[in-house]
This record gives sequence, structure tokens and C-alpha cells, in this order.
Amino acid sequence: MTVATMEGRDIHVDAEGFLTDPMEWDESLAATLATNIGIDLTEGHWSAIRFARSDYAANGETPTLRRMATAGGVPTKEMFALFPKKPAKKMAYVAGLPKPVGCV
Amino acid sequence: MKRLVVLGAGTAGTMIVNKLRPMLPMQEWDITVVEPSPFHLYQPGLLFVPFGRYEASELLRPTQPLLPAGVPLITEEVERIDVGEDLVELASGQTIHYDQLVIATGTHPRLDMTPGMAGPHLGDTVHEFYTLPGAEALRQKLEHWDGGRFVVHVTEFPIKCPVAPLEFAFLADDFFKRADIRDRVEMIFATPLSGAFTKPIASERLGDMLDTRGIRLEPDFSVERIDERAMVSYDERVIPFDLLVTVPVNMGAEFVARSGLGDELNHVRVDPHNFLAEGSGNVFALGDAAALPISKAGSVAHFAVDVFVENFLDHIAGRPMGRSFDGHANCFVESGAGKALLIDFNYETEPLPGTYPLPVVGPLGLLKETRINHLGKLAFRPIYWHMLLPGRRLPVPNAMSMAGKEVPTGQPEREDVTI
Repeated sequence: MTVATMEGRDIHVDAEGFLTDPMEWDESLAATLATNIGIDLTEGHWSAIRFARSDYAANGETPTLRRMATAGGVPTKEMFALFPKKPAKKMAYVAGLPKPVGCV
Repeated sequence: MKRLVVLGAGTAGTMIVNKLRPMLPMQEWDITVVEPSPFHLYQPGLLFVPFGRYEASELLRPTQPLLPAGVPLITEEVERIDVGEDLVELASGQTIHYDQLVIATGTHPRLDMTPGMAGPHLGDTVHEFYTLPGAEALRQKLEHWDGGRFVVHVTEFPIKCPVAPLEFAFLADDFFKRADIRDRVEMIFATPLSGAFTKPIASERLGDMLDTRGIRLEPDFSVERIDERAMVSYDERVIPFDLLVTVPVNMGAEFVARSGLGDELNHVRVDPHNFLAEGSGNVFALGDAAALPISKAGSVAHFAVDVFVENFLDHIAGRPMGRSFDGHANCFVESGAGKALLIDFNYETEPLPGTYPLPVVGPLGLLKETRINHLGKLAFRPIYWHMLLPGRRLPVPNAMSMAGKEVPTGQPEREDVTI
């Protein structure tokens, strides 16, 4: 675990840059994280991020793409448009959540 | 008289009943099994069917004789569970009351979940080997196939036996070499993961094995639909094929969803250390039916059942459950040419290189291709029927051990560092 400085404060991240403490996240940090991976946040991004945050708070797991589609109402096609190439990972990164472990 | 109802007589359900029946007094506990299939399928054998190594008759046995005497078997589908009333409702409308319930109904390939997969091209250019009819159809196809673009594909994780698609690719490479047509086959492995496998060190090793066999990895591929000669992803990537071997979405039983117990893939959310369904005091889920953060595999069911049986005796006696499952998994990975790898891991420890079960002498090698690993995999079929299912103790430790494992010193090389 390492400490990164973003927006003038210390943020704890893992080897790949995912936040290790979701409580250190806020909406302005999301914009910075998004910029790090070349994404400009739109309302579509925010509704995905907000569902993922609330779902994580309820279940303790980063939602999978299937869960985003069935429980979060964000179709997989749209997730790929919002977060190109690796939507589950990129969304987790921007939302300050652990890397999804849907694959075991 | 109290009643334990076990739904499913696959690996987990059969083991549970065989272990628990002698431990529970006949005059106190009735055990009833519900399993619609009259035959038990040795699922690890499916991988070999397309290459003509096993016949269907070698992989099937009647369900009833695998269960202990005095355990009634109801060969019906489950309609739903009423967890408030402790009732299992069957398709016929009959209900069974339970004091304790075990859901062990597994997970199943669902071709209907991907547009085009179950269409007119199934059995022609599109194949799967996770069912016996599918594996047999693929054998017939491969007998006469003379080359082209051959794509092995996983639709979505989790799937049961997550190494099977890689094993299939390695065995296919070997099969084409033996048939002397390998130079006419272009091989591609398409996966929604960012690498060959889920865990970094094994992913790197297995990725190298794809490379050395000339099998191209197509990572981060999430299929949206399948046409006659091409797969199309959600982000509009197209993979053309002459022959596609896909692993469909795996889902738990529909009654799990109807009973309000499932996640979005109908796997039962449970405590990963004691298998109690979320919010329940008398409903357990084991084996592939459970949403555990570990591979869906027979070995996991085996190690989990050992923990469950001891805990269950505590539980019905009103004591706290004394044991905690560590997520132990142990899988042979066929690599072709009469060799195999072995991986051994759990919730906390990813597959590491080394030897198993003893340090240095092994005799099995971890994450290494060896002949003896392959012989171990083949030897497992009689062990499954004669030792594992009847509930006899196997000479391997139940909890994962670090003995023999080589723990990496720095950070492992990861394929997916860049998001």
C-alpha cells in the first residue's frame, strides 16, 4: 500500500492505484481520478458511480457489470461507452472502490 | 423427528448426505434428497470428451446407489423455497417441511443468455463442452474438422472450473498437432479478463503457456452477440471464427431467484466461512450453488463439506459453529502432451509455484507442467466415485498449507497494472 497526494491530501492506494479506503473518496476526488485515466465525467458517469458507491456500502462488494445492468439500471453497452475497454475496473477506480473481484 | 432436506445430489450434496447419515441418529433425523436427474455426471470428465478420451457411459452413474440406504430420493424439480415457513415446494405442488436445508444445486451453462449462442449455428460453427450433449457434438465436429480459425471463449465469470477453458485450449493444440493439422489452425483465446487467468502469478504462467503454443490471447472481450462466423463485443470489436468453442454464462437454479435467495446470477449469498445463507439460521448453500469468493470447483466443494459437516453437528446441538472455511481450492490443469499443472490456493493466497503436498519432494509440482500431475488428474476419476462421493477421508490436508509453496519476494509482475 502506498500513499498518493491528490488535491493536496494523502490518499491511500494499492499497487494499481485503487483507493484502499473508500471513505477517503469524495466527488471532487472522483473528477481527479477520472482525469488520471482520460475520462471527463458526465451525468451518465455520475449515476453509475453513485449506484456503485451505494451498492458497495450495502453489500461490501464492487458491483460487477452484470449487477450494474440488472440492479443499477446501467446497460453493459453504456458502461463500455462511459468507461472504454475496461468498464468494471475503470468505474471502480473513479468511484474509489476496490478492484472488482467478480472473477475467481 | 427432525428433517434435513438436501437439494441437489451432485458432488457437494452427495458427499454431505454420505458423511452426515452415519452421524445423525436414525430415530432423530430424517434426511431427504431432492434431485431431478436420475444420473450423476462426473463433470471433470467433460473436458476430455471432445478429444475422444472418454465415452458418456464412463462419466455417468445412477444417482440413487450413490446415496446411503434409507435416504429417500425425490426426483423432481424444486419450484421454490418458503424460508419463512421452512418449506420446499416441488414442481408437482407437493411441499416438504425442513428443520435444516442445504442448497447444493450447482451452477449451469446458460446458452440462452447470449444472443446467437443457442441459435441455428449451435452444433455447427458454435460449440460448447460444459454439457454432455455439447461435448459429444464437439467430438463429432472435431473428428472431421480440417482447420481454420479456432476460437476458445469465455462469456462471463464466474464459471465452474475456471481453468477448464485454458485446459481445453491446450488439449486442442495438442489434438491438432497429433492430427497433423496444427499449421492449418489459427488459435485464439478470448476472455473478459485482462489476462489468461484470474490471479496474477498463475495468469502470467498460463499466459506464457498460450504464447509458446502460438495461441493468441484476446483480453477484455465481453461478448454482446454471436453470429454464424463472428463474435461481436459490447465495444464493437469483432472476432471472426470458423469454429467457436464457448463457455456460456453460468447461473444457479431458477428456484433460487424465485425464493429471493440469489444474487443476479442466482448464486446464493452465504457467509463464506460457514455457508449459512444471508439472514438465515437454518438454510445453507454449498458447492457451486453458493456465491463464494473462490473458484467454483469440485475440490472446493470437497474441502467445504468437511468443514460444513463438523459445523452442522455443532449447529443442531445449539453450539457455535467451531470451524471456519479458508476457501481452499486444488485444481489440476491439463496442458496437453500427457502433462498437467497443479494449483493450490484459498481466499487469501493466490496459486504459487512449489511442490505439493510436501516441500521439495512433492511429488506433485505446483504451477509446473509434469507427467505425474497428469497421472494424478486421471487417477482422480476412480477416487471420485469410490472415495470422495462416499465420504471417505482423502489423504490430503483439508485446510490449505503454505508448506512447499514458494512465496514471491517483491511485487509480482501484473498484466493489468494499467487501468
